[in-house]
Amino acid sequence: MSLLSQAKPRRGTAFRPSRNSRRAGTGRLAAALLSPSLIVLGLVVGYPVLAACRLSFVVSNETIDPQTGFKVTATSYGLDNYAAVFTGDRFLRPWWNTTSFALASVAVEVLIGVAMALVMHQAFRGRALVRAAILVPWAIPTAISGLLWKWIFNSQGVANELLGARVLWSSEGFQAWLSVVIADTWKTAPFIGLLVLAGLQIIPGELYEAARVDGASTWYAFRRITLPLVRPALVVAVLFRLLDVLRMFDLPYVLVGPRKHSVETLSMIAFEEMSNLRFGTAAAYATVLFLYIAAVAFAFVKLFGADLIGRGTRSSP
Amino acid sequence: MVSSSHTSRRRAGSRAATKAATVGRRPAWAVAVVAASLATTLVGCGGDSSEPAADSPGKFSGRGPITLATGKDTTGTIQEQLDRWNSEHPNEKVTLVELPESADQQRQQFIQNAQTKSDAYTVLNLDPIWVAEFAANQWIDELPAGQFPLDKMLPAVVMTGEYFGKQYAIPYNTNAGLLFYRQDLLDKAGVQPPTTWDDMKDACAAVAKLPEGKDVDCYAGQFDKYEGLTVNFSEAVASAGGTVVDAEGRATVDTEEAKKGLQFLTDGFKDGTFPEEASTYQEEDGRRAFQAGKLLFHRQWPYQWALANAKDGSSKVAGKFGVAPLPGLDGPGKSSLGGLDLAVSKFAKNKATALDFIKFFSSEANARTNLKVNSAAPPYAGLYDDPALRRQFPYLATLKESLSGAVPRPVVVQYGDATAAIQESAAAALSGSKSVDAALADMQRDLSAAIAEK
Repeated sequence: MSLLSQAKPRRGTAFRPSRNSRRAGTGRLAAALLSPSLIVLGLVVGYPVLAACRLSFVVSNETIDPQTGFKVTATSYGLDNYAAVFTGDRFLRPWWNTTSFALASVAVEVLIGVAMALVMHQAFRGRALVRAAILVPWAIPTAISGLLWKWIFNSQGVANELLGARVLWSSEGFQAWLSVVIADTWKTAPFIGLLVLAGLQIIPGELYEAARVDGASTWYAFRRITLPLVRPALVVAVLFRLLDVLRMFDLPYVLVGPRKHSVETLSMIAFEEMSNLRFGTAAAYATVLFLYIAAVAFAFVKLFGADLIGRGTRSSP
Repeated sequence: MVSSSHTSRRRAGSRAATKAATVGRRPAWAVAVVAASLATTLVGCGGDSSEPAADSPGKFSGRGPITLATGKDTTGTIQEQLDRWNSEHPNEKVTLVELPESADQQRQQFIQNAQTKSDAYTVLNLDPIWVAEFAANQWIDELPAGQFPLDKMLPAVVMTGEYFGKQYAIPYNTNAGLLFYRQDLLDKAGVQPPTTWDDMKDACAAVAKLPEGKDVDCYAGQFDKYEGLTVNFSEAVASAGGTVVDAEGRATVDTEEAKKGLQFLTDGFKDGTFPEEASTYQEEDGRRAFQAGKLLFHRQWPYQWALANAKDGSSKVAGKFGVAPLPGLDGPGKSSLGGLDLAVSKFAKNKATALDFIKFFSSEANARTNLKVNSAAPPYAGLYDDPALRRQFPYLATLKESLSGAVPRPVVVQYGDATAAIQESAAAALSGSKSVDAALADMQRDLSAAIAEK
C-alpha cells in the first residue's frame, strides 16, 4: 500500500521513461494502474472495517418512557462494549468453539485434501469424472450444504439409520460440534485438494525419474520431492481455510441452530447482538474477531511464509 | 500464484520457505491484515438511531401507490386480493414486496427498512411478537382503532396488536396450538381424549398395553432450542395457571404455577412420556413422527390437519386422528397465539391509502378466502361457526375453543432477548443440566433484565 503515497504521474511520463528515472516511472505506472482496484478495496473492505471499529465505541443507553412506551436512546463514546465482551459469559466459549473448529477442520481437511489431490493427479481412466465429482461439495453454497447435512443428522435421518443409533446431533454436546466439523470437512477438503493439485502439476516428472534411478522408495520420493515442492500451494490453501473457518457463521447457524453453546462461534454472537439491535456490542465482537483473525494470519505468515504475493518459490525450470 | 520473475529460482528440494511476506517493502503484518480483511466480513450497519420527531397519532394523509411487505405468498392468494384492490383503485395501486420465508430474516428486513427511514415498505405484515418492539422504536404508527371491526374479532387476537393500551396493528390472521391424537388407538384402549396432563399420561399407559401401541411414543411438542420452545414453555406455564409476564409487564416465572408447568415438561423427558428425540423437534420433525404413526399425542399448529390427512401415502395416520384443545394441569390448557398483524410504517408515504387498504385486506371476506385456500385461522369469531366452513375444516370448533383461551406470548420490547432468556433456561431444565428451581430462578433474572433493557 506504500505505492499509494507516491505522487500521481504526469501524463505521458509512464510511456517515455528516461533512463535514470526508470524505476520511479515504473513505480508510478504501477501505482496508477493499481489505483482503481485499491480504491474499490478501500471502499468495500477498508470503510466497513473502520466504520465497525468506530461503531464499537458507541455506547447506547436505552430506556422506555413510562408514559408513551417509546424508547429513549442516549449515545456516548466509551469502552463499555468491550467491557461487555470480555466480562460477559459469552466470549470464552464461542472463542474456543471458533478456534477448535479451525484446528480440527483444517487438520482433517489437509489430510483428506492432499489425498484427493494425489488421486486426481494420477493418470487413470475416468480421471476427469473423479475430478468433477470431488469438486461437487465445494460448488454447493454453504447454507445449502448446511441444510443437506441437517437432514442427514436429523434424529430420524440417514446418519442415525446407518449408525443404528439414536444420536441427537442437534442437541447440545460434543456430537453437535462433531457434526459441524464433518460437514465443513466434506465441503472444503476439495478446495484444498484443488489448490494442492495445482501445485502437484508443476512438479517436473524428471525429478521422480531421477529419484527412481537413485533407488528412492515411493514414500521417500513423496517426502523429499512432492511435499517440499507442493508446500507453497499447500500453505496458501491452509491459510485461506484457516481464515475462512475462523469467521464461520452459516454452517453452524443452519446445521445446528443459533444460541447452541456447543457450536456458537464469535460471528454468530456478533450476529445475535446485531439482531437484538445492540449494534455497539455487535461491532465490538466483530472487531475483536477481526483482530484475532489478523493475529492468526500474521503468526501463520511468520511461521510458514505463505507466498501470497506470488514471488516466492518457483520450481519450474 | 506463479510469479513471472525468474530471479527467485531455487534448487528443488532445498528449504523452500521464502519469507515472501518480507519481499519488496511489504512487512508480514501488512500481508496478514490484508488477508484477514479479505477473509473477514464485518457488518457495518448504522446503529445510532436518533430520536425521530414525535408524530401525533391519527395523521393518515396522502393517497397514491403503496406497498405491502409480507412473507412469501406461497399460494398466490395475496396477489389475487391485491389485483382486486388495484382494479378498483387504479390510482392507489398496492405492490407486493415478498420477504424471505424465515421469520428472523423478515424481521431483519423490516428493521433495515426502518433504520434507513425508507419509504419502500408501507404496510407491514408483522409477527405479533414484534409489535411491541416496532411500536416502542416508533417504527409503526398508532392506528385509529375505532375504524376497524375489532369487536367482531376474538379479543385475545386483538390484544396482540396492542402496546401501552393503544392499537398499533390489526390482526390479519391468527393461530393456536391443538392436541392431535390418534383416534383409532384411543378407541381401542377405550379412553377419551384427555383434558389434563394426568389424563394424558393415563391414556398413554392404556395404549402402551395394546399390541398396536408398542412402538408409539406418548407425546411431543416443539422442544428444540428455538422460538417453538418459548411457545411450548409459555403454554405449559399458562396451562398450570401461571403467566410468563404479568399484566404490568413484570417477569413472573419464579412462581408455583410456573414451576408446575416446567415440571410437567421435565418429568415428561425423565419418565419417558416424551421420546428423547423430541428434545430436538421443530414443527416438521414432529409432523413426520406423527404421520409415521410414532406419536399418540402431538401439540401442533392446525396446518398439520390437511397434511396428515393426505391420502397419497405420505401419511400413515390419514383419517385415524382427531384434535382437541391442549390439556392442562387441572383442566383444559391454554395455547400461545401465533398469527400475523398488519401495521403502517412510520416512514411511508400515502398513509390514507394504507389505512383503507388494511381495512380491505383484513376484511372478513378476505379472511374467509385465506382460510379456504391456506387454512389460515381467521381473527373473526363468526367464521368459526359458519356451517360450510365447518364441513370443510372439521377442526374449526376445537380451534375456536383453543383460541378463546389463548394467551399472547410475552409483550416485551426486546423480545429477542426475552425469548433467548426463556429458551436458555427451559432447554437447560429439559436436558437435566439444571434443576427446575434453578432454571426458573435464572430465567426470572434474565427475563427481568431483558424487560428492563439493561
